[in-house]
Amino acid sequence: MSACAKSNRPDVTTPLPEPTPVSQPFWEALRQHRVLIQYSPSSDRYVFYPRTLAPGTLANDLEWREIDGAGSLYTYTVARRPTGPPWADKLPQLLAVVEWDVGPRVSTELVDVEPEDIRIGMRVTPVFCDMRDAGITLLRYRPADV
Amino acid sequence: MTGLRGEAAIVGIAELPAEKRQSTPPSFTLDQYARLAKMVIDDAGVKPDVVNGLSCHGIAESDMFAPATLSEYLGLPLDFGDRVDLGGATAAGMVWRAAAAVELGLCEAVLAVVPGSTEIPRSESRPGRTLGWYGASSNNYGSPQAEFEIPYGNVGQNGPYAQIAQRYAAEFGYDAAALARIAVHQRQNASAHPGAVFHGKPITVDDVLNSPVIADPIHMLETVMRVQGGAGVLIANADVAQRSRHRPVRIKGFGEHIRFKTPTYADDLIRTPIARAAERAFAMAGLQRSDIDVASIYDCYTITVLMTLEDAGFCAKGQGMAWLTEHDLTFRGDFPVNTAGGQLSFGQAGMAGGMHHVVDGARQVMGRSGDAQVVDCNTAFVTGNGGIMSEQVALILVGGR
Repeated sequence: MSACAKSNRPDVTTPLPEPTPVSQPFWEALRQHRVLIQYSPSSDRYVFYPRTLAPGTLANDLEWREIDGAGSLYTYTVARRPTGPPWADKLPQLLAVVEWDVGPRVSTELVDVEPEDIRIGMRVTPVFCDMRDAGITLLRYRPADV
Repeated sequence: MTGLRGEAAIVGIAELPAEKRQSTPPSFTLDQYARLAKMVIDDAGVKPDVVNGLSCHGIAESDMFAPATLSEYLGLPLDFGDRVDLGGATAAGMVWRAAAAVELGLCEAVLAVVPGSTEIPRSESRPGRTLGWYGASSNNYGSPQAEFEIPYGNVGQNGPYAQIAQRYAAEFGYDAAALARIAVHQRQNASAHPGAVFHGKPITVDDVLNSPVIADPIHMLETVMRVQGGAGVLIANADVAQRSRHRPVRIKGFGEHIRFKTPTYADDLIRTPIARAAERAFAMAGLQRSDIDVASIYDCYTITVLMTLEDAGFCAKGQGMAWLTEHDLTFRGDFPVNTAGGQLSFGQAGMAGGMHHVVDGARQVMGRSGDAQVVDCNTAFVTGNGGIMSEQVALILVGGR
């Protein structure tokens, strides 16, 4: 797959996430090409991004659950001007918000799609992009095969 | 409902002319605060020693202790010192906090001024502060934005506002020419307001639609231009208002609502926090939407204006595009909006951009808007908008005397 090739070149100026004690399980799972997010049993609700207490109820019952990562496109834009210097030679940026089937939304980028083929509401599927030198895997999305 | 009685009033206003390149020497933000404070106090025609309250944003020279530092520098002891952190809603947030402090009897007069110049003297011995490109996003370790937004390029304002516009289009449809009218009408307003950076530079709908797309569907002429400037107001009690030079502009209602930081996590991206803020402001003031003579709507993008007009109840949700084609937003029109040009055509002087709208509304109600004066203007609706439509404040201003 070439889905990640465009943007996984090691680039000192591209900011990469640095896992924290709170978020470590999420990033570790992505390295294994799995999506692991939090769930609060008392409110029967999935939670993203990772936290220590459940939002809203502040319940101390967050547990990690694996999801399939499937979802639909909530919104997007095609950035014709870079949103920051690291993306100056990576235009256009396909900046997207995906709504997981289990509920929460996640910021991501679309790959393997032409800008004119993007539709809000379309089904999308995870693309695990290994930033090999950094030991980080980013979660991007492509249109699902239908 | 409980709320303001409407006794506190804006009694002095100031706004520096918007300049692409500053014509005066660089000035520390402390000095900018001092000059703007003097301007609003002089404008009110009162003595500096009536001031015993201060609401501020921050000082470039000092990360902490902003109210105390300013109190010391200005030589004005304070019975109320406040720092507001609401992005583009900061100015409107300052105004209601100041009004509340005045009505509680904490103080007689409160300074609420916002410097807007980045032209600050540079140290010869210490390296200059580098301006980051992270904008309103934090790249500090542990920040949700550093971890879950910035690595995907979701940074700055253009991308997320464009995402909001795209979602709006998917739910309600989109008329780019209708939206462009906002920029065109505000440019006409700027042509009647000499301080605006685009004074005397009219544009057409075609100009807007032919300007480069920054992030689909937002065109360059639908975004703000950064300028150097600064603005502020003096808020005072009825005694001071009585002695002041201009018609007092009473703060009759307000609402504030904070919902999220990054729009990815909004429960509903296209129904914005201003809905609740405006509802509370009108209820508090005991006024109807139809009572409003002039609106000054935070306008970082045209889509912000459209969604604010809808969510604040001036037109039905989802009908804004059609509404725009039926209304004239110029100062001569049937629904005057951003009569000094707004940030789209006056310019955005950084954090002072939010204060532009407070000053615009107050200036109209005072009857001091010159060529852009709306006839018989007694009520103004003002909004502030911070982050990505994530924290919003509504104010209702009513003329006194």
